[in-house]
Amino acid sequence: MTDKPIVHMEGIEKHFGNVIALAGVSFDVRAGECHCLLGDNGAGKSTFIKTMSGVHKPTKGSIHFEGKPMNFDSPRDSMEAGIATVFQDLAMIPLMSVTRNFFMGREPTKGRGLFKRFDTDTASKAAIEEMRKMGINLRAPDQAVGTLSGGERQTVAIARAVYFGAKVLILDEPTSALGVRQTSNVLATIDRVRKQGVGVVFITHNVRHAMAVGDRFTVLNRGKTLGTALKDEITAEELQDLMAGGQELAQLEGSLGGTV
Amino acid sequence: MSEEISVDTDTDERLKSESAMAGLMKRPELGAIAGVVLVTVFFLFTADSSMFTLAGFMNFMSPAAQLGILAIGAALLMIGGEFDLSLGSMIAFFGLFFGTCIVNFDLPLIMAIPMTMVFAILIGSLNGQIVIRSGLPSFIVTLAFLFIYRGLSLVGLKAATDGSTQLRGIRPAVENDFLTPIFSGDAFPYLFSYLGDMGLIDTFKNGTPKVKGIPVEIIWFVIIAIIATYVLLRTPVGNWIFASGGDANAASNSGVPVRKVKVGLFVLTACCAALVAIITVLDSGSTDARRGFQKEFEAIIAAVIGGCLLTGGYGSAIGAFFGSIIFGMVLIGLSYTQIDQDWYLVFLGGMLLIAVLFNNMIRKRVTGER
Ligand SMILES: Nc1ncnc2c1ncn2[C@@H]1O[C@H](COP(=O)(O)OP(=O)(O)O)[C@@H](O)[C@H]1O
Ligand SMILES: [Mg+2]
Repeated sequence: MTDKPIVHMEGIEKHFGNVIALAGVSFDVRAGECHCLLGDNGAGKSTFIKTMSGVHKPTKGSIHFEGKPMNFDSPRDSMEAGIATVFQDLAMIPLMSVTRNFFMGREPTKGRGLFKRFDTDTASKAAIEEMRKMGINLRAPDQAVGTLSGGERQTVAIARAVYFGAKVLILDEPTSALGVRQTSNVLATIDRVRKQGVGVVFITHNVRHAMAVGDRFTVLNRGKTLGTALKDEITAEELQDLMAGGQELAQLEGSLGGTV
Repeated sequence: MSEEISVDTDTDERLKSESAMAGLMKRPELGAIAGVVLVTVFFLFTADSSMFTLAGFMNFMSPAAQLGILAIGAALLMIGGEFDLSLGSMIAFFGLFFGTCIVNFDLPLIMAIPMTMVFAILIGSLNGQIVIRSGLPSFIVTLAFLFIYRGLSLVGLKAATDGSTQLRGIRPAVENDFLTPIFSGDAFPYLFSYLGDMGLIDTFKNGTPKVKGIPVEIIWFVIIAIIATYVLLRTPVGNWIFASGGDANAASNSGVPVRKVKVGLFVLTACCAALVAIITVLDSGSTDARRGFQKEFEAIIAAVIGGCLLTGGYGSAIGAFFGSIIFGMVLIGLSYTQIDQDWYLVFLGGMLLIAVLFNNMIRKRVTGER
């Protein structure tokens, strides 16, 4: 883990009309760490990571990418910077094949000029290979995503993000539809890419999953951060309580004090 | 959308081996090909045998091609998740623009054609930008333009002709233009007269062949169908079109430039309308306000017969190609039979209904829905 954050977000606010989804959230992710973002439903986790991946423009606040102020106009911009995201809704197209979904927006090509074309063979091989690494043997790369099970679909989305997440990998509740074996596969994958120096942002409801791979933990509640804690500063029980609404906050202040 | 590829996957015991037939059953254009076969069989029994001579073939392929150029544009736009109901009115509008360039401003085709195309690009992007920026369904936005462009064509024609709704005098103006043979008449006349001399095709008594060449619109139609199919199935842009129509939000979140894709498709559709306008204006030597009347519906029907889903994200350019041929065959074929021509409309409606039911079934097959 290095000290320089890859992405540093300061005082992020996001308003939807008169709904204040985020009311000043600060967050950063460093190379080689897994930073877990926790919080109850509706806390604003998805909205927050969408500002990081270029889907939403923050109403207020600043984003720095590798030390430079950054303004992502579209998800394409953030991808080009090396940020890949598994969205909670997965961003998959049911009518399209696994391969076409996997490389959607970033198709490998062969040939030049007018004859530059989608290299479907390379794409299919890569998709199968990446899926196998995640523990799923695809029946056929031209199978429509609509025919996959929820867990398989989630795995395609994760494999895709891992494949393209050169610097930052954001996972928004990636394990919600996964079984035990697949979940441990995903956690192992997070650990693997983190060791390769990728900064991972891991959103989950499951404190045990978070504790298993997380280096730092930030809890969101009603659009605000309740604080950031390092792994050895906090226990699973304390995290659980924080997520539940921060009733035990006073009690925890000691352990969080330095890092809030 | 299928990639035939042989990657060695460990054989999965849960995968029933899929026969070539079952794979074919998932192709979007299957229905249209089956339709062509059905219609052909129907006319083989009912129509005069001259329908299936070379001359008869050109007879029904010519209207099929004029519709097909539109239908391929409409199909790509539908796959991209949008409609353009102003397609028919644009033909009249672009015909007026093109005719005025030639007759009122005495421009040669080398000027008039690019100017008409640029005009089409502007109109297409206007349609697209309004749909994208407003977030309204393209159905309603382009319905408004259906009336606007038709009305503007009427008003414009009267202004250009001092009160008439027909603009004439195009043929003499372009007679000697070197571009005329590319956009009107028959291609390869020498080849066909040679074939006639060799006795390989039917000739009249004086030795001229009964078919003087291939009507140019058929050549345009085939070229456009090939390019559209290639782009759709073999290029990144094709993948973006399917993705934008399948789920615009998911596509955008995955880095597909959805807005650009959609506006581009509106522009493409407008350019198809402009090409048809140019071809028909040169062919008839005039333009009038009724040009392209209801072509938007015929183009959408051909696209749907060709396997396009109304909800977007699925379909085929080659399907629209065959869908248009079905149209041409039915339209012209009935005149080779004893059947009253007015059955045409009934036939069309029936084909559409069958196609929609069939597509629905195919979609469920593809997505494994029950
Ligand atoms: N596009 C939107 N328009 C209006 N409100 C929104 C939108 N997206 C999210 N919200 C609101 O913002 C709040 C936070 O949502 P979200 O970020 O999805 O929470 P989480 O992912 O933590 O469960 C919710 O109250 C939600 O209703
Ligand atoms: Mg969420």
